[in-house]
Amino acid sequence: MSATSQSPASQLCTFYLDNQMFGIDVQSVQEVIRYQQMTDIPLAPDSVCGLINLRGQIVTAIELRKRLGLPNRPEGQLPMNVVVRSDDGAVSLLVDQIGDVQESDEENFEPPPETLRGSTRQLIRGAYKMKDRLLLVLDTERVIDVTSNVD
Amino acid sequence: MTIEDDELIKDFIVESQEHLSDVESQLLTLESQQDGVDVALVNKVFRAVHSIKGAAGFLGFEVLESLAHRGEEVLNRLRNNEMRPTNLVINTLLKATDRLKGLLDSLETSNEQDVTEHIVALERLLNADSAVVEELDRVKKVDAPEEAVPERVSECASQRDSAESISSVIHDAAIVSAVDSTIRVDVSLLDTLMTRVGELVLARNQILQFTGELGNTDLLRTTQRLNLITTELQEGVMKTRMQPIGNVWSKFPRLVRDLAVICGKEVRIEMEGKATELDKTIIEAIKDPLTHLVRNTVDHGIEKPEVRRSIGKPVEGCLTLRAFHEGGQVIIDISDDGAGLNLERIKIKAIEKGLVSQEQVARMQEQEIAQLIFLPGFSTAEKVSNVSGRGVGMDVVKTNIEKIGGSVDLQTRPGLGTTVKIKIPLTLAIIPALIVSCAGNRFAIPQVNLLELVRLEGEQTTKSIEWIQGAPVYRLRGRLLPLVYLRNVLKTNVASEAPQDVINIVILRADDRQFGLVVDRVNDTEEIVVKPLSKQLKGVAVYSGTTIMGDGKVALILDVLGLAYASQVISKMRDGALVDPNGRSKDANGEPQTLIILGTGTSRRLALPISQVARLEKISKEAVEYADQQEVVQYRGKILPLIRLASFLGLESNDTSEDNLLNVVVYNENERSFGLVIDKIIDIVETSLQINHPSAREGLLGSVVIHDRVTDLVDLPAVIRMIDCPSLSQLPSFV
Repeated sequence: MSATSQSPASQLCTFYLDNQMFGIDVQSVQEVIRYQQMTDIPLAPDSVCGLINLRGQIVTAIELRKRLGLPNRPEGQLPMNVVVRSDDGAVSLLVDQIGDVQESDEENFEPPPETLRGSTRQLIRGAYKMKDRLLLVLDTERVIDVTSNVD
Repeated sequence: MTIEDDELIKDFIVESQEHLSDVESQLLTLESQQDGVDVALVNKVFRAVHSIKGAAGFLGFEVLESLAHRGEEVLNRLRNNEMRPTNLVINTLLKATDRLKGLLDSLETSNEQDVTEHIVALERLLNADSAVVEELDRVKKVDAPEEAVPERVSECASQRDSAESISSVIHDAAIVSAVDSTIRVDVSLLDTLMTRVGELVLARNQILQFTGELGNTDLLRTTQRLNLITTELQEGVMKTRMQPIGNVWSKFPRLVRDLAVICGKEVRIEMEGKATELDKTIIEAIKDPLTHLVRNTVDHGIEKPEVRRSIGKPVEGCLTLRAFHEGGQVIIDISDDGAGLNLERIKIKAIEKGLVSQEQVARMQEQEIAQLIFLPGFSTAEKVSNVSGRGVGMDVVKTNIEKIGGSVDLQTRPGLGTTVKIKIPLTLAIIPALIVSCAGNRFAIPQVNLLELVRLEGEQTTKSIEWIQGAPVYRLRGRLLPLVYLRNVLKTNVASEAPQDVINIVILRADDRQFGLVVDRVNDTEEIVVKPLSKQLKGVAVYSGTTIMGDGKVALILDVLGLAYASQVISKMRDGALVDPNGRSKDANGEPQTLIILGTGTSRRLALPISQVARLEKISKEAVEYADQQEVVQYRGKILPLIRLASFLGLESNDTSEDNLLNVVVYNENERSFGLVIDKIIDIVETSLQINHPSAREGLLGSVVIHDRVTDLVDLPAVIRMIDCPSLSQLPSFV
């Protein structure tokens, strides 16, 4: 049952970014919350967009669109926070919209295609072939480690 | 016997280590009781060793057990006054204690380890008659080095049966472990508790804010109760993390003793204020710097016994550790009665190593030269000993202390000794901070880095800020202060919230360097709960942490040192450490200075560089009191000695003031303040100094022409040196 970093997760929390569907291991998700006001962090790495006070816990927010090299979110559209646990405390991933929790299906899993671009490739574990679209599974640890590779 | 229960073994290790840590200091106390030991104390040591022996036997650690057993027997002899706590006895016991600690650290393999050396040493003590041991001890002292004299010992062997007096052990068997009223708590649990209380404090702050807006009296009352309880809870939890500084110090008597033996010196250690409490994290952080300082003192500070005798000092050197609270900080003094720093050698070494130039040194005061030892790469040890002198040293001490928001100060008197004064905050978890705004964000600046605030308005904003090669500077009382614009450092382009005609400068200190930080707005000071930076932000040098403000929003805490580096106010080489903080080195001819012109007598004029003046005050004549024939006034909670400048310099004085007030110039030197009484203050001028006639009179630098009048330039440091008679320095309040 428990998901390791090698084998795909059994259940995925899904969300949308620029009309693409992404998923992360549901086990690593602490909670999903509405858009919160953030404190700017001048000089921070590009994809780090602010600090959120989550019931007294200070959570760093990462703009997933920037992290994955996607175009900026249209103005006026507020993101959602997917708060994930990490060794270093909670981190929030900013996404466009939340999807359902999906059962993962080993048979439909494929590693990332060779054509996937360099830096993003490291962040994606692979894709599930859903009926109407692809569900890209993110490597949470790598996504939140913004200092390791430049986006 | 095999034991599966890990918990049991863990408890055994923890308890045994605790026992042993006390044993060490107790043995040292015993050593000083040559004329009859304190039986209760021996009993304590005995019980500790006994309980280790018992538990070790029970758990099947035979080697540990056998070593503890031998130790116990020796202690039994001591207890029954059949043996005296000579140097040799205590030494052997200490070494056995060390070995026991070693065994505990590697418990799994303890049964395979060889401890015969220690067992033999202990048995030798047991077998020798106490009188013989004493004699051996004497022989050893003459003979010098460590190793004993086995042949002679064997001669008098077997005079005593080692297996006696076991019966007396029995009644000690019931060992009372520690004190019943304490429990052991995991530190991480306390940390979590502290975090939760921090959150509670923030929630309380928010509720207070809302309640004020609502105006419901019942709610208000409940909130006030909540407020009170939260504050008390916060204090309570903070207290659980406090530890007496004695925990760190307890290692020092042994350290000093062993070092003294290695260096061939006699050193006594005295400790005052062992119970002074500090936050656990701070205790951890100061452990190494303190150890280093104590080591240094024994190795370099205190002279060899023969040297001390020849100059009439007591043969035994004294190292004093003092800890006490002062103004929300903890002060730790490490002082010795040794030789003091050799300033000449420091000068030569510093120049040799290229840390300072010849000219810089020539301009320095004695105390400034002493501060040179804090520069990286400085070490005066003639030879590298295994005790100290590896060239990493005082600078690391300084850096480590500064890292936790503390400061180090050094005072040395040739031939009389050296005192190192460390100031550290009580806790790192909740600190006072100044909140400023810049580019729409709020930032917290730790109060320890803050010196003062300057607000420029109107035409000052353009006139007072000057540019040197594109770098902005501000003249702060005649001294050039580099300016750093926070918005530039943070590279933001959000419009300023501050009105165009106001400039707020926050004057900060980083690493002995001062600089002015220009911010949009200065808000308020607040107690903030410090939270660490997340991994994503660790690489950003200008922040040291985060915090949550009263309104629930997050603010970043600025790292002043990081800010100084980022804006290149200080380079990585720490070149700034050499700039004279009092601007005295700028006294050289030709450079423009701001002078304050004083009048004395009917026509005589005196001048002082304004950079040396702390304040100008008018003090009522009735306020003048006398302390030991010295005129003094009470000033800001301290005693300020008054110096009649004119009569002191042998000039005529003519008090023309109609009102009942004295004009006093307050001057600070080395944390002491002096009040110079003068007839009148005439003007403040900026001028290039061309000293025309160097003065023969002590206390005057020479004469200059200012506004077509001959004016005598006062040499304040010299004046202070002249009056620095014992009667003044004995007054504790300005030391």
